[in-house]
Amino acid sequence: MRNRRQELLLGAVGVLLALGVCEAVGRAGLVRRSYLPPASEVLARAVELAGDPVFLDGLGATVRAWALGLGLACAIAVPLGLLLGSVPVVDEAVRAIVEFLRPLPSVALIPLVSLLLGSGTETKVALITYASVWPILFNTVYGLGETDPLAKDTLRAFGFGRLSVLLRVELPATAPFIAAGVRISAAIALVLAVATEILAGFGEGLGIFIAQSGLATDGSRDVLAGVVWAGALGLVINSALVWGERWLFPWTAEHRGMR
Amino acid sequence: MRGGKAARSALLRWGVLAVAIGAWQTATRTHDSVYFPPPSEIARHTHNLWFSGPPTHAFLTPEATVNILPSLARMTTGFALAAAAGIALGTALGRSHRAYALCNPVLQFARAIPPPALVPVFVVIFDFGTQMQLASIVLSAIWPVLINTAEGARNTDLLRIDVAAVLRLTTAERLWLLFLPSALPRIFAGLRLSLSLSLILMVFSELLPGTANGIGFTLTDAQSRSDLLTVWAALVLLGALGYVLNTGLLAVEKRLLGKGRPA
Repeated sequence: MRNRRQELLLGAVGVLLALGVCEAVGRAGLVRRSYLPPASEVLARAVELAGDPVFLDGLGATVRAWALGLGLACAIAVPLGLLLGSVPVVDEAVRAIVEFLRPLPSVALIPLVSLLLGSGTETKVALITYASVWPILFNTVYGLGETDPLAKDTLRAFGFGRLSVLLRVELPATAPFIAAGVRISAAIALVLAVATEILAGFGEGLGIFIAQSGLATDGSRDVLAGVVWAGALGLVINSALVWGERWLFPWTAEHRGMR
Repeated sequence: MRGGKAARSALLRWGVLAVAIGAWQTATRTHDSVYFPPPSEIARHTHNLWFSGPPTHAFLTPEATVNILPSLARMTTGFALAAAAGIALGTALGRSHRAYALCNPVLQFARAIPPPALVPVFVVIFDFGTQMQLASIVLSAIWPVLINTAEGARNTDLLRIDVAAVLRLTTAERLWLLFLPSALPRIFAGLRLSLSLSLILMVFSELLPGTANGIGFTLTDAQSRSDLLTVWAALVLLGALGYVLNTGLLAVEKRLLGKGRPA
């Protein structure tokens, strides 16, 4: 317990140290002040933004697109993963197609999808969905493969059908893997949301705030304040999902080291 | 028996892929949409655009040398820098519990920032160009390697550390024989993430207005001219590139981890 406390204390010192270094670099004049303002100014601006309704609307738009895209990705990837994982022939058959689609960096699709759908919310959601499908899909297939065969055989021996085996044994056993996939996808979805907004350059969203501030003269304080918000958003999302996983599936703690 | 099974599975995979491409071909031929050109045309366009050059230039056209090679150079340099710095810093952090605890919250925050959000910051600092693109790639791809290396080095078997102390190994020997081998599986997990991040950031930093060359520039340039064939060709190229890079890294990982893997 004391150890944990010590770690937290050291961590807090580390944060202060990092802020101090940023403050010093900003004030020392190594870089032009308008390029890299001191940490205190950036943080003050970030706090100020919390009271700015226009900024909050943008943040809300980003979060909505993120949630919608991630939700759609779950709705597509989980059933598809269950299908691929339980019918080996289908898995084998689509593997080659998937192996060709997956390595494509999804930000490269932004120009094509913008041509097809314009540069509104639809484009954002479509791209987020596409990018977040893969980790959830792969984790679902992998998790199904890890299900205890004895439990499945037992249920089958008692005359339960395929669907019951899926619902009673396979889905519960796979759920922690799916959750881990969702956590990975949540980060990817945020990347795509911000990236699409920065490239679109108009409309509303956190990425648009950052991109437009970057164009303004002396806007780097706003850009950095936006980055602080983006990092905080990523941190909150990740922590919430990790916490949720721990609460729902406390027995999988040992898997969490690998990420 | 096993050979027959493998052959059947390969036949199934490639057969389905061939059927899918065939279906796409017939569908696009019959519907004739501007947005979805048939794969045969995309393939021909890809060849004409980049790979129909003279043999002296390895069949690369000027278009390819101007746009593909700089992209590849930026990406590999950025990835190499991020990997080297990430492994070095990660090992240093992972060897001391104090240093790890000190830096952990800052690292977690740095990793939580969606990388594209940082690109406008570098645009302000470095202006458009290779410097900005390299900075974007390095500072996005470094975190997975750094954090994974630190975690890997931290989890070195205590017994082995004791043995190293008894044998009076020097710091360099300990690093080389003890910490790095035990961190290697984690390091590679980090490197895989970093590699795909490098590719993403390479493309993203080239998509921004103000870039002069690169695959990403080819994409936006074609988009602005509504040249859908080139957009598709660039996508196919990027997909193939991602596939080749990932397969290459996996092969290296297999070679390194196959031998002398820590028990």
